[in-house]
Amino acid sequence: MTGKTRENYNKNYLNYVKTQNPPTNHFRNCIAAFGVGGLICCIGQFIRYMLSYVGLTGDELAGATSIVLIFLGCLLTGFGVYDRIGRHAGAGSIVPITGFANSVASPAIEFKTEGWIFGMAAKMFTVAGPIIVFGVFSGVIVGLIYLFI
Amino acid sequence: MEGEIIAILLQYLKAFAVGGTICLIAQVVINFTDLSAGKILVYFMLAGVVLTAIGLYQPLVEFAGAGATVPISGFGYLLASGAMKGAEKGFFSAVTGSLAAASAGVTAAVVFSFLMALIFKAKIKRS
Repeated sequence: MTGKTRENYNKNYLNYVKTQNPPTNHFRNCIAAFGVGGLICCIGQFIRYMLSYVGLTGDELAGATSIVLIFLGCLLTGFGVYDRIGRHAGAGSIVPITGFANSVASPAIEFKTEGWIFGMAAKMFTVAGPIIVFGVFSGVIVGLIYLFI
Repeated sequence: MEGEIIAILLQYLKAFAVGGTICLIAQVVINFTDLSAGKILVYFMLAGVVLTAIGLYQPLVEFAGAGATVPISGFGYLLASGAMKGAEKGFFSAVTGSLAAASAGVTAAVVFSFLMALIFKAKIKRS
């Protein structure tokens, strides 16, 4: 088999796979994303109210709210519930901060069989690493721009 | 008292609408481009940084509360607003301000994930 026919072979196979996949229901998964995403934000708002009764304000309140949400995201990932929500909610479960927590906790749990240092600790940042890299870099740029204008 | 309850319900409604809309935009982007979850998170975080830097995200946070801070673009908002606050103090704070503001989220994610990895075993994924 030459390289060219092999390429066609792969292409045909991929086309075949595509015909066997169930068609994505754009409307339904958009509604699901809106509903689940909105609901998670409402839970965040609820936590904010609860913590403001404890006496937290300003930056502390915002920080504590995201800590609680991240804790819930990690816990649900541990129980395997979050992946089940994610299968139906798509972006509704990825974009909120709980999705960020899920992207850290999920590989941490999955790769601990490969060892604690290069398994759990290293794989923890497969998704969160790029976010922190681009976040810190863009944050420094914004800081420097505001410093000089 | 009644007015207070209505105000609280309205705040939930705003959070639901704005947070839901941000997730809806992400879902539409995924539907049309097949971007992976990691890339979506990075792009939305960067969008949050840029919108905060040009001053559009702060009004959204004041309007929607958790609806704007809970999505990952709120993480970008935290980074950028930390940097902007730091820039008022001087060079050192301008550089370190962004990560300092986001430290709560990063610390929580690392610590809780570590604990979960200690407690739980990987589930077999059923598709």
